[in-house]
Amino acid sequence: MDIFSTFFDSLHLLSLEPPGWGGNLLRGLMHSLQIAVGGYALGLLLGVFTACGKLYGGIISKDILGCYTTIVRAVPELVLILLLYYAGTDVINQLMFWLGKDPVNINGLAAGIFVIGIVQGAYSGEVIRGAVLAIPQGQLEAARAYGFTGWQVLRRITLPAMLPYAIPGLANLWLIATKDTALLAVVGFSELTLETRQAAGATRHYMLFYCAAGVLYLLVTLISNHVISRIERWSRRGIYQV
Amino acid sequence: MNDLSSKRTLSGTEGESQAQSAGVFSWAADKGFALHRLIMAAIAIAIVLICAAQMRWDWLPEYHELIFEGLWRTLWLLVASVVIGFALALPLGLVQVTGPAILAAPAKAFCNVIRGTPLLLQLWLLYYGLGSVFPAIPEIRDSWLWPYLRQAWPYALLSLTLSFAAYEAEVMRGAFAGVPKGELEAAKAYGFTPWQIFRRVWMPRAIHRALPTLGGEVVLQLKATPLVATITVIDVYGAFTRVRQDAFLTYEPLLLLAFIYMLMAGALVLFFRYMERRIPVK
Repeated sequence: MDIFSTFFDSLHLLSLEPPGWGGNLLRGLMHSLQIAVGGYALGLLLGVFTACGKLYGGIISKDILGCYTTIVRAVPELVLILLLYYAGTDVINQLMFWLGKDPVNINGLAAGIFVIGIVQGAYSGEVIRGAVLAIPQGQLEAARAYGFTGWQVLRRITLPAMLPYAIPGLANLWLIATKDTALLAVVGFSELTLETRQAAGATRHYMLFYCAAGVLYLLVTLISNHVISRIERWSRRGIYQV
Repeated sequence: MNDLSSKRTLSGTEGESQAQSAGVFSWAADKGFALHRLIMAAIAIAIVLICAAQMRWDWLPEYHELIFEGLWRTLWLLVASVVIGFALALPLGLVQVTGPAILAAPAKAFCNVIRGTPLLLQLWLLYYGLGSVFPAIPEIRDSWLWPYLRQAWPYALLSLTLSFAAYEAEVMRGAFAGVPKGELEAAKAYGFTPWQIFRRVWMPRAIHRALPTLGGEVVLQLKATPLVATITVIDVYGAFTRVRQDAFLTYEPLLLLAFIYMLMAGALVLFFRYMERRIPVK
């Protein structure tokens, strides 16, 4: 009982003003969300290129993209984040050296978006490729028979028809992106998990802060699920429901 | 870089035309070794050789024992968390399909909470959070569990197991629900007891349906294990982290580490492919 009473007595530590650490947690959450949104968007961009390359590219580009997706899906995110983090900053500083400029400190936010984006790109590429392959061929043939141009086929048939197949996978990837941001705590980027660890270490109220951070992550997930289900319903509009 | 890539495209197109004409090459193409693949493999081997020659590997003999110890710990954590997690996932998935609401609701809540929060946070919650609460409880301090609870690996195993159970319960829920009703009714008509139906029809059919997903989930679990190094468990990732700190090297240990994880993931994929082939579909 002692433990529970101290748990509730310490709730004031979550207040937003400086004696409490709530403000730090919320700032960390903002950083996490920024990285998740940026990394997800970059991953989607890379994923579209990967999917196009794997579906329509030549044998060489297919194999190279195959290497990319295989490596990313076989190596732990933590190792990839370390490799890309150091390699990425190294490459940029080498470039600066060649251009005759001073080495720069890489913005943690940009580095985080870069590594999450590379990881997400491999997965979203596979999701998009699968969704495009799931479109009934007859629909595309019908469009071509009606004299649609390639761009028209893409905009009017391929994109709307693949969305119902792609959205569940892409939604999963968004949730993975929000949780993968926690890994950046290991390279010292002050997102929600690292802020939580610092607050917990400083106040010695570990349970309180880790539970609070868990609630924040859960809230992000629940709100995301709500939004995703609406997007999913929108993407299925007009399709016969079984 | 520029001339390397142009060389690749050139030899690739050559390879295509040659593969159609020459006998050796058409044999290679039949076997799935198109010439451009052979050339890409050669480039990959060249990159590996350059890495081996140009980078520093003198630390390997000194640390190989630590690395093997870490490798053993990673595999051990993976197998234990997958086996225990799967055993937990079966009832968690089943009660969500058939169970009374009083069991189904907590099972669903458990899955949502675990799947909605990062594993790193769960790990730190268990290790730092529970780890700071336990010493304050005299009953636990005096029990036989205490010597274990003072170490880090039980927390690592617990959080990995719970995480695997939650993700796998979701898979098993779908698999249990997907077994055709007629098969269960047929078993019932043959006079099977509910336990026999579960053990002989429902569970085997569900596991068979979940097997392809299970392979992927185990690879994902392998990729989750390095997180335990953040709570002082020296797995293979932790061993290489120590190398990096001691030898002041950035890339060499990380590259070798990535390669080791790729080998392990590849072995898992092959193992599950073999299992899938061994279990007949019909």
